[in-house]
Amino acid sequence: MPPSIPTQADSIAHFTVNGTPVSAERGTTVAAALMQAGIASHKSVSGQHRSALCAMGICMECCATVNGVQHVRTCQVLVEPGMEIVTR
Amino acid sequence: MTTHDVVVVGAGPAGMAAASTAARHGCTVCLVDDNGSCGGQIWRNYDGSVKAGHPRSFTDLSQSLQSGRVDFRTRTSVVAQPVPNILRVETAGAFEDIGYRKLILATGARERFLPFPGWTLPGVMGAGGLQAMVKAGLPIRGKRVLLAGTGPLLLAVAASLAKRGAQVLGIFEQAALATLAGFCMQLLQHPGKIREGVAYRTMTMAVPFRTSSWVVRAEGENSLQSVNVSINGSIRNFDCDFLGCAFHLVPNLELPRLLSCAIQNGFVCVNRLQETSTKDICCVGELTGVGGLEKALCEGEIAGLVCAGRPASHLYRKRNRYLRFAKQLEETFALRPQLAKLAEPETFVCRCEDVSRRTLEGLHSWREAKLHTRCGMGPCQGRICGAAAEFIFGWDSEQVRPPVLPARVSTLAGAVELDPR
Repeated sequence: MPPSIPTQADSIAHFTVNGTPVSAERGTTVAAALMQAGIASHKSVSGQHRSALCAMGICMECCATVNGVQHVRTCQVLVEPGMEIVTR
Repeated sequence: MTTHDVVVVGAGPAGMAAASTAARHGCTVCLVDDNGSCGGQIWRNYDGSVKAGHPRSFTDLSQSLQSGRVDFRTRTSVVAQPVPNILRVETAGAFEDIGYRKLILATGARERFLPFPGWTLPGVMGAGGLQAMVKAGLPIRGKRVLLAGTGPLLLAVAASLAKRGAQVLGIFEQAALATLAGFCMQLLQHPGKIREGVAYRTMTMAVPFRTSSWVVRAEGENSLQSVNVSINGSIRNFDCDFLGCAFHLVPNLELPRLLSCAIQNGFVCVNRLQETSTKDICCVGELTGVGGLEKALCEGEIAGLVCAGRPASHLYRKRNRYLRFAKQLEETFALRPQLAKLAEPETFVCRCEDVSRRTLEGLHSWREAKLHTRCGMGPCQGRICGAAAEFIFGWDSEQVRPPVLPARVSTLAGAVELDPR
């Protein structure tokens, strides 16, 4: 089989955030995709909207539920087609 | 369990140089990093491949890591040292023990964050964090960005974001112009640094650069909308999409602390062989003083040679020059005391547990703050508010207890199987 040439469609990942369809370029971290979509990663203990602060896996502000796993540092995970992300 | 001659923790420039040097001199080497690829923060997203545009030192080092002599483990986090000379690591949902004869710690640094009203709004990030986010896919073209804080990182990030089409509205440096001028004179001893600085400034010529200026407040409903900046004593408001803050780097001391390495003035104490106060453990890179790439590479090479039992004295002079540069950086960009007053009584200092400054006033130590207010007890375990509290209240962080990172119960409970050798 000849090697397939990547198309535009291959380079975009479609996934859901809180059930709503969202897309981002492959190679994008989940944290960057959430920020691009204007969706906070989680709410703080007093209810403030929060998003990534350090982007290097230290601050935990980008944590969200990814494919059912809670408290995932989304700055360390790349988007994948079909991914289910839940922010609280 | 396997015991290696040398185990290196952290695959940034310092760790890569250490691992590659030790392997070149015949040691069996294991290099671990919790990221998905080597390069650390400065060489982020180079994915270990050799491509045009990657710095020569990076391609050389990553090639030597692939030579087969280095067992390189990505996405692997050190969580504890159950017995001397054995590290317990967690990787892909399981734990493993790795034995070492010599250990080189190269865990690098993170950004220091200072609280000010509005710093918890989405859109307010570390300057380095914003750059990392853009490299990780955040579109920045046409976005209005403000950079504030201190140090050369502001210029480097401004250049990088401007190149990607960001509309950088201003760079606000808290140091005074006179201090910066003095620093530039001292830079004459480091021509490479001058070239770097000139290149960054050329790329950001259109961006206003203000000294004696700092952010005082960020505003917005559920995300950042505008920022107030104090410029030479007068307040100006800027509408913007992102604010990147840079208040210096602080070394990731959790592992050296866990291993009882002596620490002084916020950095690990090392002798000229890069050895710490703990037997068989060396520290290199930002852990011993924030000095950037060249210092990290040089110290990594020294530690690699020392652990391989080779002489390293030919590198001392070079290393000492980089140490002098680190000292100059520290003095020039020392944070002015006013910045400790930016947080208002209602401003959260601890973002994980939402602990306000008012709650912390009147307490006497980091330990007391943790016990009484839960400050530093949330998911980041004080990694963000610890450095802020140190600057605002003068509290020193205390000894670290295992696990260094949140770990699975099975990882903590697993028995240690000693190397039969």
